[in-house]
Formats: sequence, structure tokens, C-alpha cells
Amino acid sequence: MEIRVIHAGMQTTVQDLGRRGHLAQGVPIGGAVDAVALRLANLLVGNAEDLPALEITLTAPELEFEKDTWIAVCGARFEGVPSWRPFRAYAGDRLKFGSRIQGCRAYLAICGGFDVPLVMGGRGTFLPAALGGFEGRALRDGDVIRSVPSERVLSGRWTIDERILPRYSREPTVSVIPGSQAGEFGDTLYSERFTITARSNRMGIRLEGHPIPRLSGGELISTAVAPGTVQVPPDGNPIVLLADAQTLGGYARIAHVVSADLPLLAQLAPGDGVRFKKTSVAEAHALARAEEHRMALLRQGLAEKIRSA
Amino acid sequence: MKLQPLGDVAVVATLGEQIDPASLKLVLSFVEAVAQAKAKGILDIVPAYASVTVFYDSAQLGDAPGGAYESVCRLLEACAQKARSTPAPQGARAVEIPVCYGEDYGPDIEFVAEHCRIGIDEVISLHSGGDYLVHAIGFTPGFPYLGGLPEALCTPRKDTPRARVPAGSVAIGSAQTGVYPMASPGGWQIIGRTPMQLFRPHLDPASLLKPGDRVRFKPISPGDFELWR
Repeated sequence: MEIRVIHAGMQTTVQDLGRRGHLAQGVPIGGAVDAVALRLANLLVGNAEDLPALEITLTAPELEFEKDTWIAVCGARFEGVPSWRPFRAYAGDRLKFGSRIQGCRAYLAICGGFDVPLVMGGRGTFLPAALGGFEGRALRDGDVIRSVPSERVLSGRWTIDERILPRYSREPTVSVIPGSQAGEFGDTLYSERFTITARSNRMGIRLEGHPIPRLSGGELISTAVAPGTVQVPPDGNPIVLLADAQTLGGYARIAHVVSADLPLLAQLAPGDGVRFKKTSVAEAHALARAEEHRMALLRQGLAEKIRSA
Repeated sequence: MKLQPLGDVAVVATLGEQIDPASLKLVLSFVEAVAQAKAKGILDIVPAYASVTVFYDSAQLGDAPGGAYESVCRLLEACAQKARSTPAPQGARAVEIPVCYGEDYGPDIEFVAEHCRIGIDEVISLHSGGDYLVHAIGFTPGFPYLGGLPEALCTPRKDTPRARVPAGSVAIGSAQTGVYPMASPGGWQIIGRTPMQLFRPHLDPASLLKPGDRVRFKPISPGDFELWR
């Protein structure tokens, strides 16, 4: 069925859980910056959790639906639109979002998923290379995007247990594992609060507030970086890489944000702050396991509330 | 070999300290050994100048003794042993890349000529005179990191990067040269442009070049450039 884009919003793109196996060709992993919100939005409308959904950034789109369907919005919260639960959109309805309450990126999943082609193993949009998603670009006013036909019946009124949701905050403390050049810096990264600047996008968040001096070490040879890598360029202002991270980087790698905390970074808007604390690889894997356990419980719970018609 | 974590998602194996053909050969043999091991839970193998980064799925490897990170490290130790006796994989090619040098295609060629105290013609003959080795693909999809730039052409990067470098731009950044496969921001000095596509998402592999390939640039006229397209 068709979904008409009345207003596109600041940057609305189709995203999924990213591409694997192409890093060696310079193609980033990509996909939703907040993968947990995308997975939950999909589960709430009865989809497989990796189906393509819309990633909405700071200002939301206005959409018109051709037929009755179920949708869910997770991640950033907007006035006038329910979060973290499925709701009905009827034929001819226009979905309008009010102003943003909290967060940076919301994920809108639709029953059946958005219908875009598979490119290099993914359906997400990589804007710099005009790759994948809806014609390789962000949605524009007047676009018509399709969803895959699917009929499911969702029963009862319910919301998901808040304990499953990421612990979003405008001032989170995120866990990091020290990076290859961690020893060349002092403790500034762990003692100070950093501010998110407006020069941030799907590739990374640029931080400012406390330049981190590099105390030793010379020119580095480029090596792989990934979503979560905290780089320190010569000006000392750290950059935290996100989903569209370039594949190789030449700046000093001071630390790396653990996978389980990436959703917290995804929701930081310009002006918000972040602090860092050290953890180990083993603890990071334990956090990821706990996350998957919560997701499995939710899947189980939802299975009883959703059936195919 | 030095093994270090890249967060909770990958292990970085540092195999050398410099950018040279010997490091590249070691990197390629190591990549081959890891790929041949076909170990479960390995998601991506990413070669760079003197390192190989191996991404893993911690959920799939969670039950391994000592945990996922330790099990990948053990795999890589074994692969390093094997790589020493694994010849670098065959299949490296020689690729000729046509380049229209100077004018609108290479707006920084005069700057490079002045910096190097040579004529524009000399910049072109030096740049297109030798073979370059592809050390890695990265930065943007299909972007080749090339080694072998004649010392006489080394020119520092621009103080302020350009917001948009056109697709196909051939550029010099310090001791390196490369080709921008798609329009992107960039700080290198642009000396020409190729009509050739270095990244073709509809083909497999999508990147025209791969590490180990040899590249030679061939000067073409603006007329030939337009014909190519």
C-alpha cells in the first residue's frame, strides 16, 4: 500500500539493521543509529525485527496512509504521537507529529515493513553514496513510499514494560573500552562532561567542552574504526562514530563505546551532554547479553498478542 | 603481532609499523588465513595498511572458553602462524585509470606544481609515470589508499577541507594519492578527474580495486573524458 509524504521532516530515511560483510570495500555497517528502537518498533507491529522502518531526525514528517494499518513509533518522543505501543492508522488519515519532547531519532515501523530494494545485503539508506533505501536519499515532500502488504490482528490495549526500554537521558554516562591509543592521553575523557554540537550526523557526534591533549605518540597509520569508536583529532575535540562510520580512520582512538550504550548516544541532540566511564570487554558482552535477554522476553510476550489474520 | 580490542565488536591485529609492500603482503596473507578458517561468528575482515581488524558476533561466541574476545584472539594467533606459510593470494590485477589532468578537472594542479617547484606538465608526467600499489580500500566506499607517489609530488593537505570534492577526483594528500569514488568532503589537493567508476553497487565486488592491485594513471584529454561518460 502507499504512504504519501506530505512533509518529509529534516532528515527522514529508510533504515534497517545495516549491512555486514562489505567493510573491506569501504561500505559502512549503517542501518538505524538506535537499533534497539528500530527493533522494538518492528516487534510492536508484528514484523521481523530487522525490517526497514523510517528513521526520523529532530523534526518529524507528516504522512498519509492509503489503507488501514498498524504503526509504532519508538525512540525519540513527540507530542501527539503515542510511543512504544502499536496504534491504528486508518485510510486517508494524516499522521502529524507535535513538537519533540525528548531524543534525537524516532523510528516509525509499519505492519509489513517499507518496500525498498535490497542493495548489498541491506535496505537501509547510506546517504553519502546514494546507496539503498528509498532511491538512495532522504524522503522529500510529495514522495510516495510503499509498504509490503500484510494483515495482522493485534489484540487488547497494552504497552511494553518500561524496564525493557533503553535508559535514555539528556545527560547519560556511557561505558567505554579503552582504545589502542588510550595510554597517550590523560584522564580528561573520564573526568569531564562533553557537549554534543550541531556538527553531528549519522556518521558521528562531534563533542566539545574540554579539548583532550594527546601527551605522546606520533603520526598514526590508518586502521579500522567502527560505530562507537571515540577518535581524538589534533584539535582535541573528540568525535564518537555512529552507524555510518567511515571504515578506516587515521585519528587517535582513545576509547570505544560499548554496543549496549549506542542507543543512548543515538538519542543525544545538540546541546545535550555525555560523560564516559571505563569498562571491560567481558562486562560489555554481559551487558549485550542482558539486552538480548530482555528482547527475547518481549518477543515471547508479543507472540501472544499478535496473530496473522 | 599485537592484538587489541576495538570495543566489544572487533579485534585489531597489528602486523607491522609502516606503509610498505612487505606489510601489505603480510596483511593479505593474514586476511586469507582468517577467511580460510571459516570460523563461526566472524562478521567482517577489514585489511588496512599494516593491520587487520576482525569483527565478531559476541552472541554467537558467548559460550567459548574465556569468552568471545579470547576465542577470536586464539583464532587470530593460529591464523598468524598459518599466514607465515601462506603465500599472498593470487589475483592481483593491473588497472589503468584514465585521468583528465588540470583545468576544471584538477583545480589544485597549479598549487601542487608551485609547491613542488616543477611545471604542470611535469606533475602530469610524474603522476602518470609509475605504478601504484593499492594498500587498502576505505574512508568512503571504493576509495583506494595508494602507495608509490613519487617524493617530488608530495604536497600537504589543504588547511581547510573542501565541502564537496566531485566524484572521480584524483588527488594528492602528503605522501599519498587516491581517487574519490563519489562526491564527498575532502582535504587533498585535486589534480585531475577520472570518468571511471570505482564503486559500482550493482556489481559484485562493488569496489573496482582491491588491496594488492596495481594502478597506473593514463592522461586523457577533456574530449576523451566526455566520451568516456
